[in-house]
Amino acid sequence: MLTFDQGKNKDIFNLINGLFMLIIVVIMLYPLYYVGIISISDSQQVAKGRVHWYPIKISFAAYERILTNGQFMHSFVNTLMYTGVGTTINLIMSSLCAYALSRKKLPLNRFFTLIIIFTMYFSGGMIPMYILVMNLGMIDTIWSLVLPGAISTYNMLVMRTFFVNVPEALHEAAEIDGASEFRKLVVLVLPLSMPVIATMVLFYAVDHWNSWFNAMIYLNTNSKYPLQLMVRNLVIEQNYGQYYSGVGREIEDSVAATTIQYAGIIVATLPILLLYPALQKYFVKGVMIGSVKG
Amino acid sequence: MADRMAWRSTGTATTKFLKKIEKNWQLLVILFLPLCYYIIFHYAPMYGVLIAFKKFSARKGILASDWIGLKYFKKFLTDPYFYKLVRNTLMLNLLTLIFGFPAPILFALLLNEIKSNAFKRFVQTASYLPHFISTVVLCGMVVKFCEVKGLINDIFELLGGKRIGFLQDPKYFRTIFVLQHIWKSLGWNAIIYIAALTGIAPELYESAEIEGANRFQKIYYITLPGISPTIIMMLILRIGNLMNLGHEVVMLLYNSMLYETADIISTYVYRRGLVSGEYSYATAVGLVNSIVSLILVTAANAVSRRFSETSLW
Repeated sequence: MLTFDQGKNKDIFNLINGLFMLIIVVIMLYPLYYVGIISISDSQQVAKGRVHWYPIKISFAAYERILTNGQFMHSFVNTLMYTGVGTTINLIMSSLCAYALSRKKLPLNRFFTLIIIFTMYFSGGMIPMYILVMNLGMIDTIWSLVLPGAISTYNMLVMRTFFVNVPEALHEAAEIDGASEFRKLVVLVLPLSMPVIATMVLFYAVDHWNSWFNAMIYLNTNSKYPLQLMVRNLVIEQNYGQYYSGVGREIEDSVAATTIQYAGIIVATLPILLLYPALQKYFVKGVMIGSVKG
Repeated sequence: MADRMAWRSTGTATTKFLKKIEKNWQLLVILFLPLCYYIIFHYAPMYGVLIAFKKFSARKGILASDWIGLKYFKKFLTDPYFYKLVRNTLMLNLLTLIFGFPAPILFALLLNEIKSNAFKRFVQTASYLPHFISTVVLCGMVVKFCEVKGLINDIFELLGGKRIGFLQDPKYFRTIFVLQHIWKSLGWNAIIYIAALTGIAPELYESAEIEGANRFQKIYYITLPGISPTIIMMLILRIGNLMNLGHEVVMLLYNSMLYETADIISTYVYRRGLVSGEYSYATAVGLVNSIVSLILVTAANAVSRRFSETSLW
């Protein structure tokens, strides 16, 4: 394997490259680590700018403020509900659509495919969508969050690509047994497509978990807010008044603000980070599935 | 068999088509709900775009509102602010493209040179962790880190610099935007290139080594051609989204001090439309944006179809 340029030059390149990769790892991981150690440090120490590498005077006071805040915890439950209902609707609608389009026998298949793909490249925009949701009476309801995005056309096309690969012979065998199209979808195509279904569950669920913009424009009632909107109001809009501990302790409270904000970030991110090691290989698989051209 | 022969001999295109429907009506039933979804939530808003040409009144509804022609388009296109919005939208997107697009390719190439598989896997796993952080949390971190007493200023001070309010001065916004984008997407966008790299036949490298090719010659003559279809495909996809990138991110990061560089068409649509309630005007502005991006994606596709095998449709 040895050739001319192997030797010192190669060693130096490998060394620098290895170091560079290490720096990338630090850049990728340190910000989250930093948020973590701030959130469990004493707020006085944080305000003095002492916390950089490890937590100082570990304290969970900030988490106490977050976790005892009724509205914050309520938003957590809201997000779970929106994610659950939303993902279920996504899966049902996407598999129905993907199945129909995956069958060559579907009358006007090309026409339907075309008008659906067109929506990926042109849309009415934010305001007509808002007026529509308003006219449908969905403002301030869960439906404004789960129905407008019931199908992600991109995800649906990925599913269709997968469904097309179910051998025609299996379809014919099922038809001889008298199976209807719907029955074939449920007992034949879906079980054979579990990898893509798992990936879709992940993609859709993460999208719901992370979404905040629709909630901001469509919801008016604080008690219906999802988690991400609460985090935005706490960290970015700096509305932390409701996390304060009481009248007469304003100075102490404003010192605590940063740790409370970072604790909020951790609470919103931890569920995903805990699932991350288990789920990341499915995500990576999902990217590869998506890259197969439909 | 006999009746099939019968309709074939008498069948016109229409009767054939009716036969097809009769035989496959179940598929149409399955498509019914999804089709309703596309009609209601995609095509109805396209019809709603009509209000850009009308003086929309919520009381009268879309149809009954009075026609006003191209007034709102004229108003927007002659507004001096129009130039600033288009400039900001294009600048943010182009800078993200210029710096954000090659970064994962470069990262994949360098990672590919790492010999130890365990280390490679570790670096890769760490690199796509930021992708799993939500937009809100990511922007929250950026906002906190950019504060005068924040992490980035701590580092600047350590290096002998002065503390700066990064999100109070328009001149830093573009840099911040591009850097957060690269941080979030570097590892994730590299996945597809890393996979393409593993698909290159090792024999090619071996014979190049026998020929005496050095590391950079191998990258130039074998690796890059090997992953160029993937690169082109990703580039078209990216250009197709040129006008749509990151309005949520901008909306989370910007404030009224930063409008000079941070205000883009979609954030402007949001403020004029949903905050000030000028539905018709904001719809007209949004429509201009949609049309430009439709032209971009069509052009990108045509160009790529001409110069390579790859295209979106």
